[in-house]
Amino acid sequence: MSIELDSIDRIIIQATQAGLPLTPRPYHDIAEKIDIPVDVVMRRIQVMLENGVIRRIGAVPNHYALGWSANGMTVWDVPDEHIDTLGQQVGALEFVSHCYQRPRIMPDWNYNLFAMVHGRDREEVETKTAQIAELLGKNCKAHTILYSTKILKKTGLRI
Amino acid sequence: MWQMDTTDKAIINRLQGGLPVCERPYQVMAEQFGIGEDELISRLENLLTQKVLTRFGPMFQIERMGGAFSLAAMKIPEADFERVTAMVNTLPEVAHNYRREHAFNMWFVLATEKPEGIIQAIARIESQTGYPVYNMPKEKEFFVGARFTA
Repeated sequence: MSIELDSIDRIIIQATQAGLPLTPRPYHDIAEKIDIPVDVVMRRIQVMLENGVIRRIGAVPNHYALGWSANGMTVWDVPDEHIDTLGQQVGALEFVSHCYQRPRIMPDWNYNLFAMVHGRDREEVETKTAQIAELLGKNCKAHTILYSTKILKKTGLRI
Repeated sequence: MWQMDTTDKAIINRLQGGLPVCERPYQVMAEQFGIGEDELISRLENLLTQKVLTRFGPMFQIERMGGAFSLAAMKIPEADFERVTAMVNTLPEVAHNYRREHAFNMWFVLATEKPEGIIQAIARIESQTGYPVYNMPKEKEFFVGARFTA
């Protein structure tokens, strides 16, 4: 599903993608800056929240700074015909933050299920990964964990 | 050294959920933490300065606007890693980029306004760096709900 955005929406997105002003009336300040009435700005933002163009307005934590220093992208080779069921089961685990099906790129990359697992250390990530392996059982032909060792860039979306 | 207190932790945990769209959103949230609007704003400024928060504001889903996201990976020899990182990071389409321990040692997210922008960005990276880019767009999303308790 694609939502049609007009130029007002785009101006609002461009004015807020780096962040919301930390001022008592942030929406008013945006409205003043882009010279669009504040009731229009607030209504457009509300609509974008409802239709999912904006997932939420809030804080994006640096998980390393919060002590979640081990970040493991676990990747799994599971049968394509069962991936819907298996993906939903893995995604439902409370410690999995993102879970996607992605294409295999043979012969270099035979993993089709990705599940992001965070822990305070690698041991915690490995314990959680073992739980996923147990859940997948014989459906898992191969898996590995790719730990992140450095954030090279993190700016988020820019249009 | 500065350390988070329980109010900071409550702010981080609660504000991942969402700020309301109203005239004084910080005042509305501040009441829930039992602090004043000024204090909430200065704590948020501090959490950003301390890099405990990377951002504060709307999180956009570009696919809903007709755009596209993709995850892409590269295998870069150690000696060339810095050069390639600098080139890849220059592209505005690269929203984040992580180094990971694997033969595929560079993983980045591309976000573009139009679906064809992904392929164009990949072509540019390949020609500039001389290495292949493995494009792995999501085929299905089973869950997205990153929540980190402070």
